[in-house]
Amino acid sequence: MIHQYYLNGYYIVLDVHSGAVHVVDELFYRMLEFLEPPLSKECPESLFPALQDASREEIEETYAEIYELYQAGQLFSEDDYEQFRDMMVSSPVKAMCLHIAHDCNLRCQYCFASTGDFGAGRTLMPLEVGKKAIDFLIANSGTRHNLELDFFGGEPLMNFDVVKEVVKYGRSLEKEHNKRFRFTITTNGMLLDDDKIDFINREMSNVVLSIDGRKEVNDRIRTRVDGSGCYDAILPKFKRLVEKRGHDQYYVRGTFTKYNLDFAEDVLHFYEQGFDQISIEPVVTDAANPYAITEADLPQVFQEYERLAKIIIDHKKNGKSFNFFHFMIDLDQGPCAIKRLRGCGCGNEYVAVTPDGDIYPCHQFVGMEEWKMGTVDTGIEDTARKENFAKANIYGKEECRNCWAKFYCSGGCNANNFQYAGDVLKPYHLACEMEKKRLECAIMIKAALAE
Amino acid sequence: MKKHVKTLNTANLKQSAAKGGCGECQASCQSACKTSCTVANQKCEK
Repeated sequence: MIHQYYLNGYYIVLDVHSGAVHVVDELFYRMLEFLEPPLSKECPESLFPALQDASREEIEETYAEIYELYQAGQLFSEDDYEQFRDMMVSSPVKAMCLHIAHDCNLRCQYCFASTGDFGAGRTLMPLEVGKKAIDFLIANSGTRHNLELDFFGGEPLMNFDVVKEVVKYGRSLEKEHNKRFRFTITTNGMLLDDDKIDFINREMSNVVLSIDGRKEVNDRIRTRVDGSGCYDAILPKFKRLVEKRGHDQYYVRGTFTKYNLDFAEDVLHFYEQGFDQISIEPVVTDAANPYAITEADLPQVFQEYERLAKIIIDHKKNGKSFNFFHFMIDLDQGPCAIKRLRGCGCGNEYVAVTPDGDIYPCHQFVGMEEWKMGTVDTGIEDTARKENFAKANIYGKEECRNCWAKFYCSGGCNANNFQYAGDVLKPYHLACEMEKKRLECAIMIKAALAE
Repeated sequence: MKKHVKTLNTANLKQSAAKGGCGECQASCQSACKTSCTVANQKCEK
């Protein structure tokens, strides 16, 4: 399978099953439209009338290059990944989203956590539950050495003493069990002070700072209980955290909605404010909400991603660079194909734990009682569900199997699939379309910077 | 040297499958998204 597209002056061809990316000329590009594997060594006669504006010699020369790539397994390479299907089984649990606080000091309109409490009342996780979550993770991680634990909410800083104690407890067990904890935290920044910043910067391998971009954009959605915006309160704190961290391993992370379809301006705003690790992604919500991104918005979203890609190229060529999370792609050293087949791992190697100690497939399923898999006391009782999630790989999803983007998004977000397409195994169309556009832009950036 | 095509990468996904699957790399949702996956931007731990 190949995917060919023209963007920003580049003719690009992705060979899906090898991952090879080719920047080609127009004749090469047009010729591919007439070819189907298996290819013959001899240039097919049918190409000459089909491409009659090119000379016979040019056509033969171009075809020879296509054939050479085909022979090398870099064009029209075969899908022989089914053989790895038996690796898609129940795995050790090695990543956890720890809901340290089901409470929040903001009332962001688009919050999927029902403004922090996930619809189940405002609670903070007791230390005892946090420690049991660590014990559960260690006990269920098998031979995995690297364990990830993200402090999430609600707003985790509202229960920061427990965060500190859980980190201390986890660290105390690393040596004995031959594990390494990678703690991360996602925060809205409201309660940040120097002590918390120093602790976070010392202990957290990554920190996600929630802010949506320009003041008017942020403050329209990310409001306090009294309805006022939080931008002025959080921006200086985020700057201080990032500076003290030496700009290492963090993201300013925003959500764009129908209200800011010009979100490249928000990316630029972050950059102008001194941030260089930036993530802004589309809101995922019911189409009935006024800020929801719908099918009708896609052309504008696509145009904006293209504009952002061009801005990034210009910046890079002028020696100014920043990372946009969703355009990050490493064509040579990315994750292995097995990881790409497996996808996000939710409900199998990744779980979420609530303040009460209940285990869910991931943070997006929290609050949906029917998805509860067990508790930190009992462990995962619903092993059949765990096995089902293990099968939620790209070859378990009919529509993904034949999609050119399958090795990049790996089947998308299972929770979104369930919430918006009604089935974990059925991709959520809107998210797919945006992901494909982001990938096309990310690859095009590589083409532009390779010149 | 080919005249009509420039290939941007040398790695082959199929080769990565043969030695892959150690499971030590980051869960994609733990990075910076929490609502959508881009698995391909994770780093390999090997």
